[in-house]
Amino acid sequence: MLQRRIPLVIVFITGVLMSIQYFIPHPVSQSAYNIALTWFRGVASMAYAIAVISFVRHHSRRLKQPQNSFYSAVALAAFLFMCIVGFGFGIGEGTIFAKMYLNVQVPLQATTFSLLAFYMASAAYRAFRVKGLEATLLLITAFIVMFGVTTIGNYIPFIPKLTEWLMAVPNLASKRGILIGVGLGMISTSLKIILGIERNWLGG
Amino acid sequence: MHISTDPWVWVAAILTLAIFTFLYKDNPLFKFAEHLFVGVATGYGLVIIYFNAFKPNLYQPLFVEHNLLYIIPFFFGILYFSAAIPKFSYMMRWPIALLLGIGSGLSIPLSFQTYIVEHTKSTILRFPYPNAALFINALILFIGVLTVLIYFYFSYPHKGAIGTISRIGIIFIMIGFGASFGYTVMARFSLLVGRIQFLLGQWLGIHTVM
Repeated sequence: MLQRRIPLVIVFITGVLMSIQYFIPHPVSQSAYNIALTWFRGVASMAYAIAVISFVRHHSRRLKQPQNSFYSAVALAAFLFMCIVGFGFGIGEGTIFAKMYLNVQVPLQATTFSLLAFYMASAAYRAFRVKGLEATLLLITAFIVMFGVTTIGNYIPFIPKLTEWLMAVPNLASKRGILIGVGLGMISTSLKIILGIERNWLGG
Repeated sequence: MHISTDPWVWVAAILTLAIFTFLYKDNPLFKFAEHLFVGVATGYGLVIIYFNAFKPNLYQPLFVEHNLLYIIPFFFGILYFSAAIPKFSYMMRWPIALLLGIGSGLSIPLSFQTYIVEHTKSTILRFPYPNAALFINALILFIGVLTVLIYFYFSYPHKGAIGTISRIGIIFIMIGFGASFGYTVMARFSLLVGRIQFLLGQWLGIHTVM
C-alpha cells in the first residue's frame, strides 16, 4: 500500500490540481501555481544531491582500480575544488569559481562538441551513400542549408533565398507536424501518469 | 605574434589541445581532460543548483523567512535520501511522484496551448493573401503539416490514398531532417572554428578576428 498507492495518490492529486488551476483565472489559483513552482524547483534541486552521491560513490570505487585510480582522483579533486571555491568564496564575476568555469569548463565543453564536426562528416558520408528518393532529398537539403549559412553560399545567387525558403516552408511544415504530434504525445502521457495507467516510473 | 602571458589562457589552450588529441586515438592526456571536465561540471552544477534553485526556493523561505508551508517540499526532498536505507527506500518514489504530478499537470494545458493550438492557428489558411507567392507558401505549409501528421497516424494501414499521402509526408520529413542536419553540422563547425580562433588568436596571438 505504502510502496505503490501513496505515490499514485500524490501524482493524481498534484496532477489534477495543477491541470485545473490553469483554467481558473483567480489570484488564489495563481498563487497556488507560484507556490507549486517553487516547491517543484526546490524538490528537483535536492534530486541533484542523489546524482552527486552516485558520482562520488562511482569514482571512489574506481580509486581502488589501478588503471582508473588516477583519472577518478582527477574527477573527484576537480569536483571538490569547484565545491570549495564555489561555496567558500562565492560565484560572482571574477571569482575563482567563475574563472574555472570560463577557462576550464567552457573550453573543454566547446572542444568536445567541436570534435563532433569530424565524426558527423564521416556519419554524413555513410548516410548519404544510401540510395533512394528520401536519402537524396535529405542530402540536397543538407547541402543547400550548409552552403546557405556559409560566406561562400552568399556569392551563389539563388542559394541564400532557397535556404530561407527551405527553412521557412517545407522544413517548418515538417517540424510543425512533428511538434503537434509531440504535443499530443505529451498530453496523453501526462494523462496516463496522472490517472495511474502509466506506472513504469514506480519501478520493480 | 604575441603569445599570451595569462595563465588562465594557457590552461584553456592546453585543455583544448588535450581534447583534440582524441582525433588521433584515445590517450591518457584526453582521459585526464575528460575526467577533469566531468569533475568540474559536476561541481559547477552542484554549486549553481544550490545558489539558483535550492537557496531561493527552499532554504530562504523555510530557514530564513520561517514559512512553514515549505516544510512539505523539504520533507519530500529529504525522502530522496531514503534510498540509502533499504527498509525505507520505497519512500524515494514520493518526491518523484510530486515532481511527476506537478510536471504532468502543468504540461497538459501548456502542451495543448503551445504545441497544438498555436501551431494549428499558424497553419490554417487565412484568405485573402496579398500575393500568389504567399498563398502558395501557405498552401505548401498546410499540405506539409497535414501529410506529416497522417504519416505519424499508425492506427490505420498506410495503403491506398493514406499510403500516398503519408509518402508525401515522408518527403517533407526528409527535407526537415536534411535542414536540421545541415544546421547541426554547421553549428559544430562554428564551434571548431571558435576553438581554432582561440588557439591562434588569444593564445598564440598569430591571428586576430576583426
